[in-house]
Amino acid sequence: MSSTINQDIASSISSARINKEKRFQIYGVAALLFAMIMLVTLFITIFSKGLSAFIQTKVNLDIELTQEVIDPEGSRDLNVLKQANYQKLIDDSLKLYALNLFDKDEKELIKNLRMILSPIAYLELRNLVIDNQDFIGKTKKVSFIASDDIDQYFKGKIDMSIPEDDRKITDIQEKFLDDLQSKGQINKVFNKTLFTKSDSREAELSGVLGAVIGSFYSLLIAGLLSIPIGIGAAIYLQEFAKKNRITDFIEININNLAAVPSIVFGLLGLAIFLNMFLMPRSAPLVGGMVLALMTLPKIIIPARAAILAVPESIKQGALALGASHMQSIMHHVLPLAMPAILTGIIIGLAQALGETAPLLMIGMIAFIPDTPLYITDPATALPVQIFMWADNPERAFVERTSAAIIILLFFLIAMNSIAIYLRQKFERKW
Amino acid sequence: MYVVIAILLFSFYGFYLGKKKSANLVSNKVSELHSTPIYHGYYIFLWCFVPSLIVLISWQVLDNYLIKSLVLNLVPGFETLDKGNINFVFEKIKTMATQETIDPFFYDEQLIPASKKYNWLTKISNITLFTVILSFLAIVLVYVKNKIQAEFTARVYVEKFIKTILFMCSVVAIFTTLGIVLSLLLESLRFFQSVSIFDFLFGTHWSPQIAIREDQVGSSGAFGSVPVLAGTLLITLIAMTVSVPVGLFSAIYLSDYAPRKVRTIMKPLLEILAGIPTVVYGFFAALTIGPFLRKFGESMGLDIVSESALAAGLVMGIMIIPFISSLSDDVINAVPQELKDGSYALGATKSETMVRVILPAALPGIIGSILLAVSRAIGETMIVVMAAGMSARLTANPFEAVTTVTVQIVTLLVGDQEFDNPKTLAAFALGLQLFLLTLFLNLFALKIVQKYREKYE
Repeated sequence: MSSTINQDIASSISSARINKEKRFQIYGVAALLFAMIMLVTLFITIFSKGLSAFIQTKVNLDIELTQEVIDPEGSRDLNVLKQANYQKLIDDSLKLYALNLFDKDEKELIKNLRMILSPIAYLELRNLVIDNQDFIGKTKKVSFIASDDIDQYFKGKIDMSIPEDDRKITDIQEKFLDDLQSKGQINKVFNKTLFTKSDSREAELSGVLGAVIGSFYSLLIAGLLSIPIGIGAAIYLQEFAKKNRITDFIEININNLAAVPSIVFGLLGLAIFLNMFLMPRSAPLVGGMVLALMTLPKIIIPARAAILAVPESIKQGALALGASHMQSIMHHVLPLAMPAILTGIIIGLAQALGETAPLLMIGMIAFIPDTPLYITDPATALPVQIFMWADNPERAFVERTSAAIIILLFFLIAMNSIAIYLRQKFERKW
Repeated sequence: MYVVIAILLFSFYGFYLGKKKSANLVSNKVSELHSTPIYHGYYIFLWCFVPSLIVLISWQVLDNYLIKSLVLNLVPGFETLDKGNINFVFEKIKTMATQETIDPFFYDEQLIPASKKYNWLTKISNITLFTVILSFLAIVLVYVKNKIQAEFTARVYVEKFIKTILFMCSVVAIFTTLGIVLSLLLESLRFFQSVSIFDFLFGTHWSPQIAIREDQVGSSGAFGSVPVLAGTLLITLIAMTVSVPVGLFSAIYLSDYAPRKVRTIMKPLLEILAGIPTVVYGFFAALTIGPFLRKFGESMGLDIVSESALAAGLVMGIMIIPFISSLSDDVINAVPQELKDGSYALGATKSETMVRVILPAALPGIIGSILLAVSRAIGETMIVVMAAGMSARLTANPFEAVTTVTVQIVTLLVGDQEFDNPKTLAAFALGLQLFLLTLFLNLFALKIVQKYREKYE
């Protein structure tokens, strides 16, 4: 009897309460959905803009490598070969292709056609001739890197319906290119330049190699400094430190340093390393040192947790068998904590790899077309390269910025996957 | 180079010697030794390696300095050179001395005596260093070798040494903080010599240009940091209005409502958001969100600029979502199960339990994590550098462009190498402001979180 009454009361209250409950749940789903939509939008934007940068347009031209232009005396002397007028050979070839298409005055025409190739087309031809001296006197099919605008045109990213003065491709170029394409002289290949060259003013000639090496050196220095110091500090604080003021102060420092804005570390590097110790500007050495200081607390905190997670009984077992305190830690606790410590290290270093602001402060933002050889050479880093390219409004650079982001994300995903693998493979529940 | 090889050879020989001798002393009955042979080896190794390394490094530093001053005295007209030229001349001398160059860029008749002296001095210095280190190593080997006895406590010494090294590792954190504070403070003090601290803290006009001519209008530049700080706070506020509800509700849903499968998929996905470098978010904000908001505003009849505070704040909010959600998740899960069970037992629904029991119990922890997120938003650099404006404007309108502390630091310092004018020094004053602000937030938040943890542990 009483139970039915209760049910009535319950059901009369419950419809409002159930609605409230449902609404609450919907808020949760909506929040998650919002985050996911943003994540997906971000990835779609980057990939839709960047993937095309991995393909490069090449223009293949039959070039008559005449003896008179390259090496009139037939000496095959390297200096003669180097100084020959290769642009003339290219111009002649272009004129030949254009012969039946146009009857305009020639100067304007050849200027238009030259713009189809990258500004270093004559260097490409020169290197080819120097490497294959038996080509001289023959007609060879040579593959040139197309200029960035032509590249964009063949990727369908240039709107040809707007007036000629407002677009990057002239009517002459369009007609010429369409003719070349119908003859099969245009092809698209994998963009090797992107991986084998460093920064350049010309989009079609720029690559990320220098930035990747700069990032690698910085990360190497950061790792060499922060890993031993971080593990050492974690062991000391977790196992040896007595509970006193100094230890407390160290702990507060570490916890706070983990939350200090990264740009402040950049200011530290600028004032101390560059202005006080007179270290070289823009060098991966200094960049690595700044990143090391930044990464240090991010290594110490998880390393301490990992050491703490090793059960006391293991240490005590070692002590009972006569090991010293140091031996019990170095021989027993540390090896068991190592996988978790490594996970923390990799995640910390992955964060350092994506860090930009402190590197700007120590001058790793500069136009550096050379690939750095030593850790004291001026260099840039991958995220900084992204930042610099992102500043460039040209379409081809937008494409390359996104491509550089994809490369950076690739490295980050690789590092994090290793961390996840380590965690899953060696995770032990005590 | 030879010195390094010598040090390594001696050190490893010392290691071998210590190990061998101690084992021989007790004719391989190791149990009669106080320390195992390997510790005797380490002991000698450390005695050889560490002091000679210190000597080597300090020698290199001093020797460079000494030779430079001795050599430069021979350069005619040395007193008239300025700092940059001195370095250039010294590089010239070095090149002339080490390579027999006749490249006119490096070659200079006047520098011949100096370069000869340089050669002579480096030779002398190298020979002396080599003898000093070699004789030191020899003495150490003889002296320390005699110390090795059966009852010698080598292990204790070695462990003491390791412990000292470990202690020094943990002190690095203190030195880093010290370095930050000192560098910011000293440069800021130089800044406040030329600009009054009150103008900086309370001035409402920020235009840090330096006049090219002395008599130019407004030649002094204005360094009132209020509009810069206001811009920072505006963007932070927008970021928080996005990230706090989204992060908190995600955490609540994932910890209490989501099926196990959804949870295991969604948590790592949220963490991806945290792993994306900020420069990528900046690119996203500048390229996609900014123009999108502008067009959206146009269609609604609103005037939203491309570099609006809204775009930067929105994207920053997205970046902070996982930060808030994972911290709140920890905090919510730390609430004892008994509290939840009690609430359920009284007939409360899940949402009622959450709102009336768990959240109030977890509030200090949640506030702590929000404060940490605020500190992170204030210090975030790349998103605002790429997506927010440059000019300081005192406005609360999120559709306009504002600038932030970090943007100003970057624009003031990138490309500039002179550190004697208020313009570059202002960056350090802003940095100090930023550091103190975040320090205060961090310490406060860490304290709250710690108190909260102690309550339930």
